[in-house]
Amino acid sequence: MTKVTYIDASGVSRAVEAQVGSTVMETALRNSVPGIEAECGGACACATCHVYVAPEWTEIVGKPSQMEEDMLDFAADVRPNSRLSCQIKVTAALDGLVVTTPAKQG
Amino acid sequence: MSEVTRTDAIIIGAGPVGLFAVFELGLLDIKAHLIDILPKIGGQCSELYPEKPIYDIPGFPVVTGQELVDNLNRQIHPFGPTFHLGEMVEGLEVLGTPDEPLFRVRTDADTILEAKVVLIAAGGGSFQPKRPPTPGVEAYEGKSVFYAVRKMEHFRGRRVLIAGGGDSALDWALNLHPVAARVTLVHRRDEFRAAPHSVNAMRALVAENKMDLAIAQLAGLKGSEGQITAVTLKGADQQPFDLECDDLLAFYGLTMKLGPIADWGLNLHENLIPTDTAKFETNVPGIFAVGDIITYPGKLKLILSGFHEAALAAQRAHHYVYPHKKLLFQYTTSSTSLQRKLGVA
Repeated sequence: MTKVTYIDASGVSRAVEAQVGSTVMETALRNSVPGIEAECGGACACATCHVYVAPEWTEIVGKPSQMEEDMLDFAADVRPNSRLSCQIKVTAALDGLVVTTPAKQG
Repeated sequence: MSEVTRTDAIIIGAGPVGLFAVFELGLLDIKAHLIDILPKIGGQCSELYPEKPIYDIPGFPVVTGQELVDNLNRQIHPFGPTFHLGEMVEGLEVLGTPDEPLFRVRTDADTILEAKVVLIAAGGGSFQPKRPPTPGVEAYEGKSVFYAVRKMEHFRGRRVLIAGGGDSALDWALNLHPVAARVTLVHRRDEFRAAPHSVNAMRALVAENKMDLAIAQLAGLKGSEGQITAVTLKGADQQPFDLECDDLLAFYGLTMKLGPIADWGLNLHENLIPTDTAKFETNVPGIFAVGDIITYPGKLKLILSGFHEAALAAQRAHHYVYPHKKLLFQYTTSSTSLQRKLGVA
């Protein structure tokens, strides 16, 4: 199984099992991980599933697409390692992925 | 007071379910007015995912949000609905009795409608401008922080900071540039979603030193008693710096809020309206609710569920609009009377 760890803004860490093929956003909702709202349900049409990818993972996870960059304009405190978690598909290569949720979504 | 328009049914929300409700009501000779806060019909389908494919509309293996809305608009055309777009319902007053309901609905554009039934098809609530992510911004809203331009004159001679990278931000930067003392456009990256000709026009003004462009994100506000004096920005180096200004115009997209619906005396459960599953009526007789905004055991937030709910609500609405008429259930394939209403017989 593939594991994804979510660290919230206060530093609390939650590691959950993720299904390959699902997204980092869906995995959070399915496991009741707080800090991710996903108002639009994963259509890349809001910016309420914003996460910061841990530095050691940014290269493997990759950069946001143009559409995702456009949506990130609506997020708060966007950083170079910002991604929308609905656009990160879980693969075997992402086993052990660590993301941090921001203090505030959108 | 503005003039009161009387109709049979008022539909709040012109998303797919609100639009289809026009059809189901229309087949039963119930005329409808629709109100939506967005300047266009279609709700989330046209605002959030016009180009995205939907795969679970019966009979359409695949259809985009916009195609579905366009088709629904064609389908309800025979019933001649009246649209009040770009208006938010502010008040809903109960004038009648539970047996003979009558409602008065007032919008922020002073449209006043009266009808025997109201159908709430408001989805996730009303689309409202998203607040910029700066703490304490509420205290300045409407005084020196705005999310839309109502009167350009307000900005005359003032130093205006405009935040955003889409068409609204760019259009207002260009339009306010001759009026304001100085316009500064703030965007988190040196790439813009706005139309290329607006971006080029903005860059030309910046090159001529007639406008400022800051690549940064909003981090805070300074000021007192509703009047800002400076906006704190953070550039790529994450170092905060202040930019003096008199007004902030922020364009951070839209978010869905329940809004005034919460004040209408309806039972609510976690920001959703509970209904029964036979008539989709709320706790107020004559007020129906359908689509994503309702909850009942087994509820699914699917467009197709909303269509079903609208059909059943219309049956009960007929009872209020035509209390003395017996309702005969008919099919559009075989009923000449229904086909006449549709303009095909």
